[in-house]
Parts: sequence; structure tokens; C-alpha cells
Amino acid sequence: MLSRLTRPAANAAARLAKSVRKVSTTQIGGYEVFDHSYDAVVIGAGGAGLRAAAGLVGHGLKTACITKVFPTRSHTVAAQGGINGALANMTEDDWRWHAYDTVKGADWLGDQDAIQHMCRLAPEVILELESFGLPFSRTPEGKIYQRAFGGQSLKFGKGGQAYRCAAAADRTGHAILHTLYGMALKFDCLFFVEYFAMDLIMSDDGKCLGCVAMCMEDGSIHRFGAHSTIIATGGFGRAYQSCTSAHTCTGDGSAMASRAGLPMQDLEFVQFHPTGIFPAGCLLTEGCRGEGGILRNSEGEPFMARYAPTAKDLASRDVVSRAMTLEIREGRGVGPNKDHIFLHLDHLPPETLAERLPGISETAKIFAGVDVTKEPAPVLPTVHYNMGGIPTNWKTQVVKDAEDTIVPGLFAAGEAGCASVHGANRLGANSLLDLVVFGRQAADTTAELVKPNSPPVVLPKNAGEASIARMDKMRHCSGPIPTAVLRRELQVTMQKYAPVYRNADDLAKGKEAVVEVMKKFKDVGVSDRTMIWNTDLIETLELENLINQAAQEMYAAEARKESRGAHAHENFPDRDDENWMKHTLSWLDKPHVEDAKVVLKYRRVIDQPLDKEMHHVPPAKRVY
Amino acid sequence: MALAARISRPFVPRLFSRSFAAAAQPQTFAIYRALKGSSLLSYGKHWRLCRTLRLEYHGICSGYDPDQQAKPFLQEYNIDLKSCGPMILDALIKIKDEVDTTLTFRRSCREGICGSCAMNINGKNGLACLLYIEPSSKPIEIQPLPHTYVVKDLVPDLTNFYNQYKSIEPWLKRKDVKAKDDKEYFQSREDRAKLDGMYECILCACCMTSCPSYWWNPEYYLGPAVLMQAYRWIADSRDQFTEERLAWVNDTMKLYRCHGIMNCTNCCPKGLDPAKAIVHLKEQVAETYTDAWKSMMTEEIVKNKGRESGMMYM
Repeated sequence: MLSRLTRPAANAAARLAKSVRKVSTTQIGGYEVFDHSYDAVVIGAGGAGLRAAAGLVGHGLKTACITKVFPTRSHTVAAQGGINGALANMTEDDWRWHAYDTVKGADWLGDQDAIQHMCRLAPEVILELESFGLPFSRTPEGKIYQRAFGGQSLKFGKGGQAYRCAAAADRTGHAILHTLYGMALKFDCLFFVEYFAMDLIMSDDGKCLGCVAMCMEDGSIHRFGAHSTIIATGGFGRAYQSCTSAHTCTGDGSAMASRAGLPMQDLEFVQFHPTGIFPAGCLLTEGCRGEGGILRNSEGEPFMARYAPTAKDLASRDVVSRAMTLEIREGRGVGPNKDHIFLHLDHLPPETLAERLPGISETAKIFAGVDVTKEPAPVLPTVHYNMGGIPTNWKTQVVKDAEDTIVPGLFAAGEAGCASVHGANRLGANSLLDLVVFGRQAADTTAELVKPNSPPVVLPKNAGEASIARMDKMRHCSGPIPTAVLRRELQVTMQKYAPVYRNADDLAKGKEAVVEVMKKFKDVGVSDRTMIWNTDLIETLELENLINQAAQEMYAAEARKESRGAHAHENFPDRDDENWMKHTLSWLDKPHVEDAKVVLKYRRVIDQPLDKEMHHVPPAKRVY
Repeated sequence: MALAARISRPFVPRLFSRSFAAAAQPQTFAIYRALKGSSLLSYGKHWRLCRTLRLEYHGICSGYDPDQQAKPFLQEYNIDLKSCGPMILDALIKIKDEVDTTLTFRRSCREGICGSCAMNINGKNGLACLLYIEPSSKPIEIQPLPHTYVVKDLVPDLTNFYNQYKSIEPWLKRKDVKAKDDKEYFQSREDRAKLDGMYECILCACCMTSCPSYWWNPEYYLGPAVLMQAYRWIADSRDQFTEERLAWVNDTMKLYRCHGIMNCTNCCPKGLDPAKAIVHLKEQVAETYTDAWKSMMTEEIVKNKGRESGMMYM
């Protein structure tokens, strides 16, 4: 009874001793390596990862979930606004209207089969979350409360604002992640917490066999052999100087896939959320505007009425960000340097703010020193989300070229994947939906392909040797440039040359600057040599991942000669469907950033829906 | 029955500024440094426990030679606040980036919602990302959460806490099966309001590690955060296992080690009130107790055989 006090060493020993999980050890590159074998491995324990892990265990598959932070610390917890779904609790609603809004929001770069799948499943997954105890806010009838959100309309854009964003006050992401964690606990999922996944293990014929990870607690290396590997590691917001993303958002899983020779898709599309607190960068949800908040410039004018006559402040996020940037450029910004915009919530009844927006009231108080019931909050468009990621089909199977050739054994879900439901711009509250739908889909697709208690995957003898050698080299490197300095340089480069509005000059300079950063990575220096919780080493590995993704983003942005969704090109201000209605695929020709070059190809957009239940949405002019 | 949604602390308007123009001198931070195996328990501000264990260490890190310095110590750093953000976490990151990259701490969201950066600052638990740096001539002392096993520097081992959280079964439990066309479980706004002040918990462990009762009995006493979550599920009108949950928590060690010390409510960085939730929990247990609870408990224990970790039904 007394032994329940869990000390780190005793815990690790107990875990390893459990005979159900056969763990063998081997020696590679001077390090002791532990080998594990599972039916499925999920990398990342945010919304998508937890839903996938719970789904896999629910299907009876032996599953391991590897995460570099404790699951409830994943960045999903910071999401605020809500999760879209045509529940029709506030008005009549139809998932096809939601799908239309999503296709339009994506500026017709989204794959309509994946969009149909997501919007059709939305009511079901929301009700499933609620059945696991998610504390949604309620209407007077006791039904799930749904609020207005950006870009959502009724009757294919002709019926006015839709109220389809199911919300739990303004802590929906927190509620969802904690509910999903409870769901994972109920299913008794096995977590490897604070294990940093370094690389995928691929077979010679291009199949994914699992991954290599380093335990942060004691520095041991672990190889996970699995029939199905699901990458759900999120985006890479930290490539920018100012972002709403957590410090942990460094694109690890995407970079792993890139190092394995797989392409990334549509990385140039980076969403700038209109209302990030200035200058802290913390997020003020779109729900503020959904509950009636208004953006005003220095003249007190609600300027969004000019840019988006119908939707006004609830236009699509890229439209609002561009409008704010233009207002500031034309000299109508607020503050002593006229460099930001005010978000007014002071005209709303304080009871509404207390009931529907308590979290952001607190955040504005702490990070901007502002009482939102009395004064406006200073906001600026801030990097928030990556629409691009690892290209997959609607079943979350990773594809590796323009012919949609599937990579056996590899799946991607959530922000790390690109199904592509968000195309060139994501609508607010669609990301939380994306996580849960495609996390579930990844589990379901795996269950179709992998039988429970399958014979263990045979890992090649030296699998992971290159990763371990790389990690060892990084741990001992003593170059002149500290990790923090190089990371800062990358962030300043991206912020300067690829902001809301991009132009040909800046993008060309940005390409050169990013190549500089890539080359400088070989001179990076790590001072901490320990194997135990070596955050210096981890941050350096994360920096490599950031550079990997940022380089591909910059090249893809420079190459796309049109404006679509979040990619606003000043030299090409219009959308060019004839030449540019296609996904960008980008590769690094070598695994390591210091000597790699970016290669670009293109892939068609899937414009036909999955089946007859939804009509194809033909491209049209995108006005809000 | 409804808890007050939040503790309302007096609103002190802060002039948000990246520079502390008044701070003419650099600010000193005294930060706890330790490597796994070099101490049994973290130091608290007001009591000391000196033990040195054999080191399990695989290399040398610069500036800190474990062969020379086996015991943990407080290392001082001077930071120019003019070029530093306003929060303690900003100072820690600045120290790590510019002064000493071996300084180790958990951090993620930097906006007070993930709960990673929970630590003891000047003797009080809190989130480093939500606490302002108060410039002062005395060093600001930063220690890991009290009475925890320290893995390294400011990183505590919270495995016990996570296991205890799992043991209260933090998911909706129903006795009926949802019919095919059933939508959501209806919940009135009043019933939903009962959850306010509890569902916002970010599991940062500030309250748990501030509770002396939890210090002395971490294996058995569930602690304020876990008890508040237990009550969150008991108060949820949609949950049908209320009596089983109450029966399970009704234990001299699991619940009744709480003596109303109130450190938990005092330090909660989100303004929640675990102490009040525990009071409500005790009240409800007293109101609804029946002798049938013992057999109810036995049935529940049997259901949890063979589960991985966390199900501490003993």
C-alpha cells in the first residue's frame, strides 16, 4: 500500500517491468535504446491526438500516446471561441450551409470531400463530446448554446449570420481538452509523457514503421514500432516573433515527416488572428466579436462596415486582419505610435461579459491592464494558425506526391495535418472541429487497416541510428551561436518578410534571409550536456524543426503569385483560379536544414464532394 | 449550492509597459538549481530538509559541476528589467536565453491557461506567466512547488497528482444508454452555473502543493484540486453516479485530511475556491450518507481491476 508514492525511478522501473508490454533493449551509437511494440502510436496529445488515442483504444488496439508535454498542457487548451456544428439549437441549420461557408472561407483551396466529411460529422462529434461531460454553456431550454462566429452564414450565404459555434463560455478549448483527457483516462490510454519524438522510422519501401523518441526525464532513447503512426503535433506558430501560439508550437511532427522525405502542403498559408493583445500577443477570441464586440480605429469608426458590408466584424479572419493592417498603414491606428486597433466590448452588458467572456476579461486585465467593461482592448493581427501541414486524404492517410500515393502506416490529424479542410484560410471554431473529427477518423481508418494484437512490427536493426547520432551531435555542439539568438533571427525574419501583406521584394529577401538562417544552424551551440531534462537540447531540436517548416513556408509564399485567403500578395492582388487553384507541395531535398534546399511541386485541389449528399460548391468571388 | 464563480480580487490597474523606467538597478533573482537525485524533496521557504542521494547523472553541464555541488542551491542572476517583459516567466526565459541555458523549467502557453509554469515565487505558489515582477532590492526567490520530488531545477514530479486525478474518474458517467436519436443531455442554466468556479481548473497543482495536509499525506489525501474536481462531477446534473462518487470520496484519509487551512484558495492563480468546494463536498456527504455505501464501494472497486495506474481504490 505504501508503495503508491510514485518516485520517478521507481515509476520508470515499474513501467518497464510490466510483462504485458515487452520492452527489449539494444545499444545504438553508444546509447541504450528501449524498443516498444504497439498496434498504433499517436504522436501528440492535444485535441486530435487524445481523440485518436481514445478512439484507437476503443477499437481494441494496443496504443501508445507520446507527448512532449503533459496532455492538458497542449496548446488546444488555450483555444477560446468554440466548435462549429450544425446542431440547429439557435436557428434552423444544415451542415451543407456550414460546408459551403467552409469552402468559401478556404477561398476554394479546401478539398471539398474532406470538408463534407467534417461538416457532416460535426453535430455527432459535438454530441459525443457533450456525452463525455463537456460543460457547454446552455440556452434557456437547456440545449447547447451556440454563438455567432466569423464567416458563418445560413442558406449558402443568403440567410444572414449563423449561430453555430457551440461554446463553453470562452474556454471551449480548455473544456474540450480536459474532456478529451477524461475520455482518454476512461479508455485507460497509455501515455508516454515528456517524451520528445525525434524522427519517424521508415522502411526502405516507404512504409512508416514507427518513431524514435527521447525520454526527457532520464534521457533514454525509445523506439516505438507500430503498424500505424498518427502525427498530431500541431503547428509552428513560434517561427514568428509575435504569435498567439505556445512556446511548444514548433512543428515537430511536420518536420519529422519532412525529414523522412515527405512533402508539406500549403505552408505559405499562415493565419493572422485579428485580435491578439498588443503587445503581449495573447489571444482575445473571435467570440468577443461574436457576442457583439466592434473594432474601431483612431477616429472611432467601426471600419469593418466598409471592408465587409454584410458580415462586418464577423467576416473571415484574413479579411479582418487585412482591413486592420490597411487602417494602420493609412494612419488610423490607435495608441501613441498609431500601431494597433481598439476592440470595444464596453458597450456590451457586463452580465454578458461575465457569463460568456469571463476568460478574456481576465486576460485583458492581466496582459493589457484594461477593464473591458469600461475601456477598449488594444489588439493587432497576430500569427495564430497554420492552414498547411502534412498532406492527407479525407481519411487522414498521408499522401506523398501529386498523384495522391498513400504512405502506408502513416496518418496525420489536426493542425499538423492538411486534409485540407481549411484551404487558404480557416474559419474560426473550425479547428476544434477539425481536431475531433479527424482525430476520430485517424482512429477509425487505423482500425480498418490494423487488427488488434497484430504481430509486432520488425524494426530494421539500425533504425533510428541517424536520429540518435544527430541528437548526440546536437548535445555536444559548441558553435558560437546560442539557440536563442538563432531562433530570434528566424522569428524576426519571418515577421519582417512574410507578414499579413507580402510583396515580391520582401519575399525574395525573405528567401535569402531564411537560407542564411538554415546555413547558420550548423554553428549553433548547446551549453547543457546532461541527459536529464536537457531543455537546451530540446529547444535546439525544436529550432531545427522550426527552420525546416519556416524555410518551406517562405519558398512556397514567394512562389505563389496570387492573393488567396491568408496569403495576400501586394503585387498580385487578385485570386487567380486559372493558374493557382492548386495545393503547394514542398520538400527539403536533404533531411537536415543546414545543407538542404526547398523543392516545390503542385497538387490539384479536390473539388468534388464525397457523395451525393452535398453539391459541389463552384468558385465564386469571395465577399463578406 | 452554487459556488461563487470567481474570487473577486481588487482590480489594481497596471500600466502595461515593457520598461520599468523606475528600476534604476538590475533585479536579482535567486533561483533553485538542482539535478535529479541530488535532493529528496524541494526546499520550502520556511523549512529545510537536507539529504543528499547518490547522483544518477550522465554528463557534465556547464557552470554546474555535480561532483562539486551535489546539494541543490539558490543561484543568483541579475536581470536588467528595461529589456525584459513584465512577467516572472519573461525573466526566466531571458535568463535561460541570455545568461544560463542550463536553467530548466516547464512553460508553454505564457497566458495562464496551460498550468505548466506553476512554481513557488517569494514563498507563494503561482503561475510564473501571470505574476508581475515586483522590482525590489531583495532577490526574488523562485523555487519549485513545495514538497515535491524535483527532477531538475524548477521541474517537479507530479505523477502522484495525475494518478489521483485519474482515480476520481473525471468523465461523465451515466447508467442509461443514449437512444439513437437523442441529442444532448439537457442541463438548465442554473445547473450549468453550479459548475462555474470548478471546471476552469487548469490542474497546475499550485493548490495541491500549498496544502500542508497534502505535504504530510500525499499518498492518501486527495488534495484540493482533485477533491474540487470530484465535486465538479458530483455537482454535474448530467452525471448519474453521484452517490457512488460520494461514497468513494467519503474516507477519513481521502477527504477528511482537509482541515480548512485555506492555502489552496489563497494561492489559486485562476481565482478558484477549492476550499469551498470541499466544504460543499463534506456537507453533501453528511446529508446523503447511507450504510449501503460500503457495498456500493466494493462493487466499484471490482469494476476497476486491471486498469493502468491511477485507480487507487485501496
